[in-house]
Amino acid sequence: MSADKTVIRFAAFLLAVLLGSSFLPQWGLFMLTIVLVNGLVVLGCLLFLRAGLVSFGQALYFCFGAYTTGLAANFLDVTDVFLLMLMSAIGSGIMAWLLGSLLSKYRSIFFGLLSMAFSMILYGLLAKTESLGSTDGFNVPAITILGYAPSSESVRASVLGVAALLALLAVSFAQALLKSPMGLLLTAIRDNEIRVEYMGASAQKTIHTIYVIAGVFAGLAGSLVAVSVGHIDPTMAIWTTSGEFVFITIMGGIGSVIAPFIGALAFGIIHTIAFSESPNTWQLVLGTALIGIIYILPDGLWSLLTKVRGANK
Amino acid sequence: MNEPILNVSHLNKHFGAVAAAHDISVAIQPGTCTGLIGTNGAGKTTFVNMITGYLKPDTGTIEFEGQNITKKTPRDISRMGVTRSFQIPQLYASMTTLENLEMGFGVLSLMRNPRRLFVGTEKPVPGYGNQTIRQLAEEAMERFGLTAFRDQVTRTLPGGTRKLIDIAMAMATKPKVLLLDEPTSGVSSEEKFDIMDMVMRVVKADGTTVLFVEHDMEIVSQHADRVLAFYDGTIIVDEPPASALKNEMVLRYIVGNTQALSLTGQNDA
Repeated sequence: MSADKTVIRFAAFLLAVLLGSSFLPQWGLFMLTIVLVNGLVVLGCLLFLRAGLVSFGQALYFCFGAYTTGLAANFLDVTDVFLLMLMSAIGSGIMAWLLGSLLSKYRSIFFGLLSMAFSMILYGLLAKTESLGSTDGFNVPAITILGYAPSSESVRASVLGVAALLALLAVSFAQALLKSPMGLLLTAIRDNEIRVEYMGASAQKTIHTIYVIAGVFAGLAGSLVAVSVGHIDPTMAIWTTSGEFVFITIMGGIGSVIAPFIGALAFGIIHTIAFSESPNTWQLVLGTALIGIIYILPDGLWSLLTKVRGANK
Repeated sequence: MNEPILNVSHLNKHFGAVAAAHDISVAIQPGTCTGLIGTNGAGKTTFVNMITGYLKPDTGTIEFEGQNITKKTPRDISRMGVTRSFQIPQLYASMTTLENLEMGFGVLSLMRNPRRLFVGTEKPVPGYGNQTIRQLAEEAMERFGLTAFRDQVTRTLPGGTRKLIDIAMAMATKPKVLLLDEPTSGVSSEEKFDIMDMVMRVVKADGTTVLFVEHDMEIVSQHADRVLAFYDGTIIVDEPPASALKNEMVLRYIVGNTQALSLTGQNDA
């Protein structure tokens, strides 16, 4: 897997963010962590959209990853963030493999709605389970990073560092995947599934594979949110959470593996400003912003970079 | 005589009361070129669809190199070495000609070594020396005369070019048997002879066994070693083109008197 220009640029951007983060207030660090975490889930949504699929159920793995981390931290006394993330990734991966064996047989609206239905089942189960705090959820204890226990002042910066590392690894992985024949197959499935089958490739297996990858990305993101916020509840699995991920996917575009992070950053900024300036109508502002972006940049915010680069040549 | 590469026995397929295939039995020898003729609805495409796994026969068996492929999926049959082109080209419409062919060789690369999930198009394809997916795609474009359309999105290309890309993609799977469903339909009369010449040159060079559905009897007489004439879901004539195209049943049920007379005259001359 050789280093790629997009990955190198993204790594440079993350390094700049980390270096600049020492000047940011705590809420700024938290916001950047959420941006990276959302970008990670949306990276999975990008893979789906490349194959012409929209999942309204990524919140399932986001929540499942968070609860795996929460349960391991509370009941197994696991505190290391990497171990917690590993457990969430494995748990979400297994869950995605099981559900994916069914979902990979469906296309278009059926895939989207079935994925949402599974996510709402998890929401219902968690909301009714008193031992897991029902709709209130439960707290996640303080974490350690490879034996180091960050202070309450430095925990946000430490989690941001872990999120940046994870985002970089995920982007490198996704970039290599999209450049491989399997990545090309995603577009091929979107264009013509009959031809894919007659070339000897399996559309179902390919979709199943990216479903597991997207599930692992979302599970890792959920794990990081759990340790970053310190609290989890079933609303993480609700369909509006999945809708938010789809919203960011469309905002960012699917032309590049860094598009999800650009979309997540724009979403974070607009959301934060809209919520502070207009707490009762912030959804209206977000909706208007999305319509504006689609109208001006139909390929998403990412396409702005290519336009700027083209104008400079 | 060699062992047949394709052996079809007592194939039957009904769509409601209509018999699209009725007790069809035929053996195809390796390296041959067989023309499938017949009027619309005679059962030619149903025959192609059943051999390539798109349709399952009600009864009967299809064997490829001695292996029963009757119940296999199109994917498995393609992997074994039997593939097809389509009457309406099935391309990746949003991709360029190069990308369409890279897909073909990319899948071939994945099939040869499924662990090569993260191998980019610049890496060699297993079993092809040092040739990369990109090089193989470029070579295929050259063989099919498609280099001029390399970077054009296929949805913008003319029908004849799309037909050639469709066939080039089928050939990218390195088939042992290739079934061409009306390779010259919807193409101008001048262009269709060029397309067939180009395709036949490539498949003969690769030693691929070909079955092609065709309505133009001149093309059939030029390229086929053998003609299977379909009528009402059965094969009514199975002969070399010189005799098949003069056969009374072919003249009566398929060719039609006008074309029959002109063809008979040409062949006699």
